[in-house]
Amino acid sequence: MATVIIPTPLRKFTNNTARLQVSAGTIQDTVNELTRNFPDLKKHLLDDGGGIRSYVNIFVGNNDIRDLQQEHTAVAEDTVISIVPAIAGGSPDQPPLFTKEELARYNRHIIIPGFGMEAQQKLKKAKVLVIGSGGLGSPVLLYLAAAGVGTLGIVDFDVVDDSNLQRQVLFGIDEIGKPKVEAARRRLAALNPHIQLNIYNTHLNSGNALDIVKDYDVIADGTDNFPTRYLVNDASVLLGKPNVYASIFQFEGQVSVFNYTDSKGNTGPNYRDLYPTPPPPGLVPSCAEGGVLGVLPGIIGSLQALEVIKVITGVGETLSGRFYIFDALNFESRTFNIKPREDNPINGKNPTINALIDYEQFCGMRAVEEKPLKEITAKELYDWQVKGEKFQLIDVREPHEYDIVNIGAELIPLATVADNASRIDTDKKVVIHCKMGGRSAKAIRELEEKFGFTNLYNLKGGILSYIDEVQPELTKY
Amino acid sequence: MIIIEPQVRQLMIEDAVGTFPDECCGFLFGREETDGTRLILDILAVDNSKEGDKRRRFEISPLDYMTAEQHALDHDWTLLGVYHSHPNHPAIPSEHDRKAAQPFFSYVIVSIMNGEFSHLRSWLLNDDQQFEEEKINDYQLS
Repeated sequence: MATVIIPTPLRKFTNNTARLQVSAGTIQDTVNELTRNFPDLKKHLLDDGGGIRSYVNIFVGNNDIRDLQQEHTAVAEDTVISIVPAIAGGSPDQPPLFTKEELARYNRHIIIPGFGMEAQQKLKKAKVLVIGSGGLGSPVLLYLAAAGVGTLGIVDFDVVDDSNLQRQVLFGIDEIGKPKVEAARRRLAALNPHIQLNIYNTHLNSGNALDIVKDYDVIADGTDNFPTRYLVNDASVLLGKPNVYASIFQFEGQVSVFNYTDSKGNTGPNYRDLYPTPPPPGLVPSCAEGGVLGVLPGIIGSLQALEVIKVITGVGETLSGRFYIFDALNFESRTFNIKPREDNPINGKNPTINALIDYEQFCGMRAVEEKPLKEITAKELYDWQVKGEKFQLIDVREPHEYDIVNIGAELIPLATVADNASRIDTDKKVVIHCKMGGRSAKAIRELEEKFGFTNLYNLKGGILSYIDEVQPELTKY
Repeated sequence: MIIIEPQVRQLMIEDAVGTFPDECCGFLFGREETDGTRLILDILAVDNSKEGDKRRRFEISPLDYMTAEQHALDHDWTLLGVYHSHPNHPAIPSEHDRKAAQPFFSYVIVSIMNGEFSHLRSWLLNDDQQFEEEKINDYQLS
């Protein structure tokens, strides 16, 4: 009888026997006898075609049968046959994803059970476009950069203003007057040098949105106006990108995940399923007009960053199909379920939108703006004052704003303008101003429509422009 | 669970650092307790016989393998597995590791980053031919 030495890893298939006796013949006979007696050995010795697996070496004495007569090699009574597993392996072929410094940086992620290296690798490979780098964009960008999202795109057209710093924690006083995207890039590069930052110092609009959005995997909408919000939604749906949405106003915040396709291939609702039509222009004021508690975008933006990370990594349950509302005043949270609507014009049953549209018009902005409105610049107003021109000056801001700074106008807050129409002159020019020109334009429209005024002038750029141009010593807010 | 004697762990790390930027390889010897706990008592470093890219591949010659089996017999140990290094890569098994992996063996991978020891982890093949991590019980607590 010949002897076969079974290697340690295969002994569990031979009842822990290391040495087996087989009848002599050839190697082929030996293998047949072994697999007949110990069927579990078969898949470890033979490939699908019945040949000896490439990872298995068979030695007769100290000679590989490949150097003898292969499986026809003769086996004598005193032959010692060794089955020798090939021991081999190696590192993956692709270059290592993380440097030593990155592994150290992301250690607290990598050690979380259920997150780990796999999720961190997904973060590194991900490309996220953050639209708006203000109140929401600040925490979103800071946390996504810190978390190691490999590529971050930042879209913003604005420059840093001192009044931003109450909530836009990306920026400091040294950056006032500089483009937000550039200030953001400097701050984020200093936080995480291992990521790629792409900046777009531009208004996102129907002409450039698809081109910018197409290069990204996930969109984070941190915009502050309805036209851009519908634009971001439609661009995301048309290009099949998940859109992590958040918005804030005064003491309230909202978060959801739109157009998210889950692992089963089901795509959740989008912004148009939640809000089929925009609110009438002017009904919902922006943060610049209505105000926002500075910490609120910190809370809501952090939740938005959280959802971006979940969308990228697939860890946990996203807010897709749900809509979250946080009321900071009462400390109350509510989550509503939302569903796709059949009449959604972009991806419902009979879609009517298959390209980006004019979102200013869709939201009713343009129609209003097209109405001619008489304007006066701060310099022209100053000329009137210097020349002693007869006119009435009205301020439609709120009393607390008036207390901060005023230019000697009569105070009639916007909400009370109609009730106080009798205080407004009809026989001479009337200049109406607010902080930046938005509310005063509304006041003029209302007075013209309801009372037929024709002598009203809007101060372009509001009191802020007047301070800049005429009286820089006054307080700006 | 696998317990690696501190001196043995140190020998493995020294081999991995000394062989950097190439991959090192060798065998693990010890005992398996009745509860399945493995105790690694010694290693045998062998040459990486891969012809070609030793920075990304390793191979152990059949004769070295037979020597290792004999070494286990001589010391009344069990041949419990194989260790190798991943230069500049985490200690996670690659597809090459998985394809060539043997049942029963513990596969200890030592990660060396830029020539310095980073971490090591151990892996064991399950019945579906996939690696599962084997908890390493260090004597030291972090």
